[in-house]
Amino acid sequence: MTKLSINGKNVDVDAAPETPLLWVLRDHLGMTGTKFGCGAALCGACTVHLDGVPVRSCRIFLGTLAGKQITTIEGLGGRVGGAVQAAWDKIDVPQCGYCQSGQVLAATALLTRNPKPSDADIDAAMSGNLCRCGTYQRIRSAIHDAAQTLGAGS
Amino acid sequence: MNANHDDLPRNDDAPNAGRRDFLKTSAVLGGGLLIGISLPARNFAADLKPVAANAWVRIAPDNAITLICHRNEMGQDVHTSLALLVAEELGVDVNAVRIEQAPVDPVYINALLGGQITGGSTSVRDAWEKLRSAGATARMMLVAAAAGAWKVPVAECGIDNGFVVHTSGKRESYGKLADAAAKLPVPTQVELKKRADFTQIGKPQHRLDAPAKARGKTVFGLDVSQPGMVYASIEQCPVIGGKVKSVDDAMAKAIKGVIAIVDIGDAVAVVADHFWVAKTAREALAITWDYGPGAGLTTEKIRATLREGAKKDGAIVKQNGDSAAAMKTAAKTLHADYESQLLAHATLEPMNCLALVGDKGCDIWTSTQFPQGAQGVAAARSGVAAERVRIWPQFIGGGFGRRLDVDFIGQAAAIAKALPGKPVKTIWTREDDIRNDFYRPACLHTLSAGLDAQGNLVAFESKMVSASITNRMFPGVVKDDLDPFMTEGAVNLTYAIPNAMQRVVIQEFGLRVGYWRSVSHALNAFAIEGFIDELAHAAGKDPVAFRLALLGSQPRQRAVLERVAKESGWADKLPAGRARGVASMESYETHQALVAEVSQAGDKIKLDRLVYVVDPGIAVHPDQIVAQIQSGAVSGLINTLRGKITLKEGRVEQSNFHDFLLLRMNQMPKIDVVVIEGADKPGGMGEVGVPLVAPAIANAVFALTGKRARALPLSDANIAFV
Repeated sequence: MTKLSINGKNVDVDAAPETPLLWVLRDHLGMTGTKFGCGAALCGACTVHLDGVPVRSCRIFLGTLAGKQITTIEGLGGRVGGAVQAAWDKIDVPQCGYCQSGQVLAATALLTRNPKPSDADIDAAMSGNLCRCGTYQRIRSAIHDAAQTLGAGS
Repeated sequence: MNANHDDLPRNDDAPNAGRRDFLKTSAVLGGGLLIGISLPARNFAADLKPVAANAWVRIAPDNAITLICHRNEMGQDVHTSLALLVAEELGVDVNAVRIEQAPVDPVYINALLGGQITGGSTSVRDAWEKLRSAGATARMMLVAAAAGAWKVPVAECGIDNGFVVHTSGKRESYGKLADAAAKLPVPTQVELKKRADFTQIGKPQHRLDAPAKARGKTVFGLDVSQPGMVYASIEQCPVIGGKVKSVDDAMAKAIKGVIAIVDIGDAVAVVADHFWVAKTAREALAITWDYGPGAGLTTEKIRATLREGAKKDGAIVKQNGDSAAAMKTAAKTLHADYESQLLAHATLEPMNCLALVGDKGCDIWTSTQFPQGAQGVAAARSGVAAERVRIWPQFIGGGFGRRLDVDFIGQAAAIAKALPGKPVKTIWTREDDIRNDFYRPACLHTLSAGLDAQGNLVAFESKMVSASITNRMFPGVVKDDLDPFMTEGAVNLTYAIPNAMQRVVIQEFGLRVGYWRSVSHALNAFAIEGFIDELAHAAGKDPVAFRLALLGSQPRQRAVLERVAKESGWADKLPAGRARGVASMESYETHQALVAEVSQAGDKIKLDRLVYVVDPGIAVHPDQIVAQIQSGAVSGLINTLRGKITLKEGRVEQSNFHDFLLLRMNQMPKIDVVVIEGADKPGGMGEVGVPLVAPAIANAVFALTGKRARALPLSDANIAFV
């Protein structure tokens, strides 16, 4: 049994330590907001925050997670997360939506450490998150929009 | 899938279609993978509760208004677009409309395609009359119910946002009237709103599904669960088309959590209590394969087969004048070959399907563009009669045509059959997905043209050589060697050329192929629009002016081309190191023109901007038209810049996103989209953004470097992009 802290709650998981966090979330805990896209940290669909840092949960293993704070799309909140999701709504970013949990978590992490990112900053932070539909232009707009919202409120 | 193809199955009276039309459809669909599709014994749509005004609109006593959405959502926002059509006529706010996914039923057959299919950029076109009529019919029945209850003439009643109102001031909600309305006869004459009276169609509108998608709440096929669900991971033959000869599963079986090993003929499934266990145990299988006839296939062999195919005459797509004679007397002739590559769909949600086979028949929860095909294949593979197979379509994490195929659904049904009473979710890995696709076919074009002394285009000959997708999926649609999904963008060429001969050759090359967003539009547009650019340069004419001169009888096509020239600043001279390319076509009853702007960045090329002008006729959901163009551009860029599938010894060489290259944020050009409305009905939009990207960029690269690219992806010609 491994003890995890997910979205501020402690949970026990009975799975092999080499099980990727992605499948712990999805299959063991029924938290399906985190998506499976590649299994190789190439697409970002499975992005979660580990102690506030965006990571690919398909390549993070259960046995390494003791004492870490995990945040998934289901638990995303706070001022920055809220601003990002509001911007996503305003600009109608999603298309199929499958990558969007990962995009929103990556964007939230970016704006948390860099409240006013340039286009180059956005490229650097977001290029690991694939969107097969091609919502990139709207993601960029939404990040700038959220930055503006956050800037206006501070 | 184009309106000009009059030989496509038609089902124009689909709203009232019954068994007759479906049987007609079955005849079209009978064959290949789809053997086994049969008519459901009962009409599921008739069972919708509590009150169905018709197959699409349900009004509950609590005033909840539901659209039974007969098309599947895969990013194109079909939910909002179709809800807009109903809401406009029903006189309710589209944001109040709930969406429920339709079951398989003949009433939901797509009249433009002949099956219950989401594809071919047809959803809004097919629904345009149908769903406005559904909304209007429901409205008329509600008004009639109120007029009856109030004992007043219908003409004295109106509607007000979910209420029927009377001139006396009486009002009653749709919900309260729904029961009575449902008992009334369905009106046979329906008057639809005039375009000028639309209050929602064509107006700014948010996607109904966007907030859930930004919060991880949308349930895709991969996310569905059922009590007692187990997971399957399947090892498929490394050579597509191969079969299992024997399997040693002793090691896999010994792994804790493994429930069963199921040999389904062309694959072996490991079923376990969790997906990760199944996937890990799968690696312990020792399978001996019969690789089958595809074992020696290579990319080079496919190209050689296409070159052989080019020696055949094939079928005539379109002919006018005498191109051979005109070619002989032309002042200048040009010849060129163009090649397009194999591509995977690479939907971000890998193929998956949850299947349950038991006492009640078979239930399938999956992301599919073809619920009717899903029902057929699930019946065939589970042994359950089709009328006892229920399909529960889920949100689709990317379709692009991949989910028109139902292979993964058949596999899941076969696996579930071996475990009666257990819901089994089969999940492909990304490697499974890239290596077991139905690939966008590789293609060869041979083109010739003649110019007169003034540089006018007087003769044009083209031959498209590729494999037929339709022969496999819908063989009844291919007649006289003409596959209508190989001639898109050719049969509807907008240019008036005095002497032209366009041919198509179906040349199978030993690999299964599938519909990939925009299908043959992209193949034909790359060759034809690239070659037209060559002709313009050979004639010493401006590429826009050269095209405009051929568009005398095409006012909508002229308009988009003239507008894109203006929007892109075509007439303005660019500084050294920058260049533009143009392309133009009609597809899916939508006209468009595209200008690509590129610049030299060291030894690479930077893609600065794509400027689209599109004329879809009526823009039903304007912001999502822009979104679909932005999205189509990205599909087009994958096709153009780096995307390719190659084969060696029958095996697909790519496996994941490190070697099958999609577009990333840092590679995105700026995309500008101008929408003009040049007709009084909507054209298709879902695939329109794709086909012109390759020719516009290739033409821009020529303008920049003098290097003419005639094969995709451009990276194969050492044209590297930032």
